[in-house]
Amino acid sequence: MSSLRFHARKKALLLGALLAAGLVAGCEFPPQESAQSGYRGTGMSQITNKAKAEAIAFANSIPEVQPEADDTGPKASEVYQNVKVLGHLSEGQFLRVMSAMTEWVAPEQGCAYCHNVENMADDSMYTKIVSRRMIEMTRTINTTWKPHVAETGVTCYTCHRGQPVPANIWFSQKDHIAAGSAADNKGHNTPAPNASYSSLPRDAFTPLFASAGQIRVIGKDALSTDAPGESIATTERTYSLMMHMSTGLGVNCTFCHNTRAFAEWDQSPPQRVTAWHGIRMVQGLNATYLEPLKSTYPATRLGPEGDAPKANCATCHQGVSKPLGGVSMLKDYIKELSAPPR
Amino acid sequence: MDYQNIFTRVQVRGPAYAGVAPTDVGAFPRSKDSLFFYWAGKLGDAQIGPIYLGYTGIASLVCGIIAFEIIGLNMLASVNWDFVQFIRQLFWLGLEPPAPKYGLSIPPLAEGGWWLMAGMFLTASIMLWWLRMYRRARQLGMGTHVAWAFAAAIWLYLVLGFIRPILMGSWSEAVPFGIFPHLDWTAAFSIRYGNLFYNPFHALSIVFLYGSVLLFAMHAATILAVGRYGGEREIEQIVDRGTASERAALFWRWTMGFNATMESIHRWAWWFAVLCPLTGGIGILLTGTVVDNWYLWAVNHGVAPAYPMPVPAVLDPAMTGGAR
Repeated sequence: MSSLRFHARKKALLLGALLAAGLVAGCEFPPQESAQSGYRGTGMSQITNKAKAEAIAFANSIPEVQPEADDTGPKASEVYQNVKVLGHLSEGQFLRVMSAMTEWVAPEQGCAYCHNVENMADDSMYTKIVSRRMIEMTRTINTTWKPHVAETGVTCYTCHRGQPVPANIWFSQKDHIAAGSAADNKGHNTPAPNASYSSLPRDAFTPLFASAGQIRVIGKDALSTDAPGESIATTERTYSLMMHMSTGLGVNCTFCHNTRAFAEWDQSPPQRVTAWHGIRMVQGLNATYLEPLKSTYPATRLGPEGDAPKANCATCHQGVSKPLGGVSMLKDYIKELSAPPR
Repeated sequence: MDYQNIFTRVQVRGPAYAGVAPTDVGAFPRSKDSLFFYWAGKLGDAQIGPIYLGYTGIASLVCGIIAFEIIGLNMLASVNWDFVQFIRQLFWLGLEPPAPKYGLSIPPLAEGGWWLMAGMFLTASIMLWWLRMYRRARQLGMGTHVAWAFAAAIWLYLVLGFIRPILMGSWSEAVPFGIFPHLDWTAAFSIRYGNLFYNPFHALSIVFLYGSVLLFAMHAATILAVGRYGGEREIEQIVDRGTASERAALFWRWTMGFNATMESIHRWAWWFAVLCPLTGGIGILLTGTVVDNWYLWAVNHGVAPAYPMPVPAVLDPAMTGGAR
């Protein structure tokens, strides 16, 4: 009898322990550190986890710089055939940036990932067409989008990190999963990796990052007017996008907002202005550079809805507020990856 | 000493008690049999039954089951009828109201029609259950306090899913069915309308919610604590105070200078509970219909204080024009 009761108690304890473990399984392992970033009592703070810091530092280590090249001598356009976007560089600089790109984008595959090695000038490989366009995109970012990237700038490595296809890209996702007359869940209500595994819209990017959709949803006046405001559906879309920005940058809402009044600019930290430019940058890059490459890619590179891979905040940021810890790799390649002389 | 324990220790087990026999039993008499269930006795009375369902009870259950099935089967369809995924994603799954473009019209089934239908059956079920509670209380010669407390909760439910959407002119304003979906809706609702914490009726609702919790704890603790003096005979002690009442009253006068009475504590509890959804419902009803941004409203009315910013204030880049 007593041994029976003992077993029952042990079972109950085990069950209790399992239940407790299950309840906290989704939580981040402590200790977290909280740093105050605003006036006391306003809840403005940034939460960081030391245990994660090492992994983040390792993931953001910077590759070695290629040895400096001589900028005199004949231009690349004179030495090689079919050099369209890097023709103004000296031969040395041209080869230096080609070596750097190989290391940044296709370290295992080498030159052959983009070039027909029998004839390097040949444009038959789609990867070469895409790379050329990506160099143009990088220059646009480094010259036109300084309000977002400042003098730090970007290189191929900011997104690629040694992989031909960057780890953080996105494709359009179909809204309606169920067939027939079953309810359309409007792209909601399934764990959404892009929205921090909430049940918010899975794909806020197509309406908001592929083109300039309505992100601002909060009422502008204290009292309601006759003009219809934004719907809850639109609000959830913005909410999903903001969850992406938060996880993509590894920050809390309070990095850019005073959460007591999300919309108010006069209470926002300056990072919100940088992020505002970032949103416009991503919209611009997707519309001008990335989506138009759709016809260049083979079908295997396209998404389930047949669209080209596109960028969001995580493409560069990869979980940190300053990509690569704020280290400027561009300063070592400024001639190659900033605007060509006109 | 059994009364001094945190959990129920006493299970009195006599012959099943059929209760008073009202003269008018209607077309559905109560079920004849009762049974005793030990584990139910841990929580309440171990005696289960006799049960009375009646017309309203049966109709309510039928409507409730229909609503439950519509929601559940649509959730199951949204994971392609995969039971494993249904269990795995259960907290995420939901049934969404129609899109804003449909306004108050009846949309196709897949576009919110199922949501409208589920809402209709759920509302019918709840209303019928309310009627049943009211009529059963009358039948037993009781007051109808329980039915009116339930009505307060129904008010909040109707404001959220029916009255406010109609005033806003769109079913899309209503709450989706589903665990996480309705929580996401709540957060989005607060954000859209400039932070619901600045809504004074939301604040009142929280006062009554937390107040209910506090009163419940204080009352239950007091009665258990004077259990050894017969403190559980609360109703008799309204007019015939015994030593239990007097000790409990003295305890609260000593500790906080004021005490409720055996009658008033139950009125306090009833009103706190009822006012929680009543004030909350008013707060929801005003949101979007009268007030579009509660934070700005609070600033205008001197409710939201201004805090110094540690860094120079920034401007909306969309307003400065120089930015692209």
